[in-house]
Amino acid sequence: MTRSKLWQLQHRYAPQLFISPFVILLAIFLLYPLTKSVVLSAYSTAGGPRNQKFIGLDNYRFLLHDRLFWGATLNTVFYAVGLISLQIPISLALALLLNSPLLRFRSVFRFIFFSTYLVGGVVGAIIFSMLLDARHGLVNNTLSFLLRRTIEIDWLGQPNLAMISILIAALWLSIGYGMIYLLAGLQAIDPELYDAANMDGAGPWHRFIHITLPELRGVLGFLIVVGTIGAFQLFELPYVLFRQSTGPASRGLTVVMYLFLTGFQAGDLGYAAAIGWMLVLLIFAVSLIQIRVLRLHKTR
Amino acid sequence: MTPTSEFTSNRSSGRSIAVVIFLHVIVAAAALVCFVPFIWLLCAVFKRGDDLFTSVLLPPDLHKLTLSNFHDLFNHESFGWWMINSIFLSSAITVLVVTLSSLGGFVLAKYEFRGRGVLMLIMLFTMMIPSQVIIPGMYELIWKLGWVNSYAALLFPGAASVFGVFLFRQAMAGVPDELLHAARVDGCSEFRLWWDIALPVVRPMIGAFTLLSFIGNWNSFLWPQIVLQDDAKYTLPIGLANLISQPGSTAGYGPLMAGTLLSLIPITVLFFFLQRDFIAGLSSGALKG
Repeated sequence: MTRSKLWQLQHRYAPQLFISPFVILLAIFLLYPLTKSVVLSAYSTAGGPRNQKFIGLDNYRFLLHDRLFWGATLNTVFYAVGLISLQIPISLALALLLNSPLLRFRSVFRFIFFSTYLVGGVVGAIIFSMLLDARHGLVNNTLSFLLRRTIEIDWLGQPNLAMISILIAALWLSIGYGMIYLLAGLQAIDPELYDAANMDGAGPWHRFIHITLPELRGVLGFLIVVGTIGAFQLFELPYVLFRQSTGPASRGLTVVMYLFLTGFQAGDLGYAAAIGWMLVLLIFAVSLIQIRVLRLHKTR
Repeated sequence: MTPTSEFTSNRSSGRSIAVVIFLHVIVAAAALVCFVPFIWLLCAVFKRGDDLFTSVLLPPDLHKLTLSNFHDLFNHESFGWWMINSIFLSSAITVLVVTLSSLGGFVLAKYEFRGRGVLMLIMLFTMMIPSQVIIPGMYELIWKLGWVNSYAALLFPGAASVFGVFLFRQAMAGVPDELLHAARVDGCSEFRLWWDIALPVVRPMIGAFTLLSFIGNWNSFLWPQIVLQDDAKYTLPIGLANLISQPGSTAGYGPLMAGTLLSLIPITVLFFFLQRDFIAGLSSGALKG
């Protein structure tokens, strides 16, 4: 083969050649397992992948009456609502404060708030399992000091406090991340909008409602939708916080934790797959509603 | 002019100083609350077993501080291996996924070829599926391949990122076509167009995605926990999660605290090197989903 022919070949087939490693991996390790998860959900595989028995839609039928599954769903939804409705306002408040031109050491503060983003769910859970200790934890110690009496709240042992404890740790992990996005959004707002409002004599509250919030709609929508999807996938935070258990009265059980326990401790991959598809349905439904209500399909 | 600019103009300076002080007090208090868990951890690693809980931060008698937690951690647990495994796996997966994603993004942004539209549609579809639903099917595949308890089960699935390809496609669209054309006329091979022309242009995106990918893999728990079974093969999150579930296996929680602190160091170092690219990527809105 001549040199010029080789040159033409590399030019012609370059795109296919360059993208093929990605496409091959995508097919084997994403599309195939995805299809396999659909098929598996129609099988009972109790006893590992070796003993498979076709049962049609029985897994899904069983799920509809599975109290643990609905308990897990309830816990997960409670967490998602709690996280988003607390994280977004706090992150926004911090971003507004950090955006003030009067603030010195902005980059130091920004780093401090953002630093928790580097901490993973497992490490966050380990730190908070110590901080939330009933007798000696820093949280109860601080409360005791502030209220001037002995506080021994059993954060991790009381069923009603289980999700609150998870939320405390989750907020610590996620507020800085939200703040960084919102700060970037604030800095992208055209200053002339504020000048015009000042000219019209608009007060700070008026400017916040009529300029800042509408201009942040894209970033806020992104944080709400993506944050909710992430919240529905909650797993390692409660799993490690409650020492690899489902928490007091199973109040720390989440949908993904139930999938994991069913598939990899009870060994029924089929039922685990069915739980996975219920999670997909749940996330799709919630995302669609959010996108409609927030009118995100009309931005940009 | 910014929202708070009124304070610097025609108001009395006494009031504006009060506002500035108030602002700093509020922000500093919030920063303290945010940072206290790290300070607590930093103190905890040097405390003896019984001091861990009896003194809030450091014990009054500083002679009681100790390095024995680190000693126990390395002698009684496979912590050294977990650290090495985590560094190896996170680095290897990150190098693979950045390479393949930038190649894929380059092709999707700069070439026309058959099947391009279909591929993009499939990719968009998979972006909407939460990764957990794939896990049962993936486990069966890995089991059939005989990859249970091997790093291949983490490396190969981790190397392809649809999100990464989309990120790089967006960044590569900014590479001028004239530049590529001129290089081609000068006798540049297609591979060198990617390596020598396109990659330098998207350098900030490489930094941002490297950090994002490394953090994700460093903290990854669910899938590694399923496929890795030997203590010596564990990554840091799995090893640490097991340590907290079986206290008393060594000298209480001290070694666990030491391990937790050490596990944060590599990722913090990487963050300092790449934070400028990362923040720039965020500000340009490029890292939005």
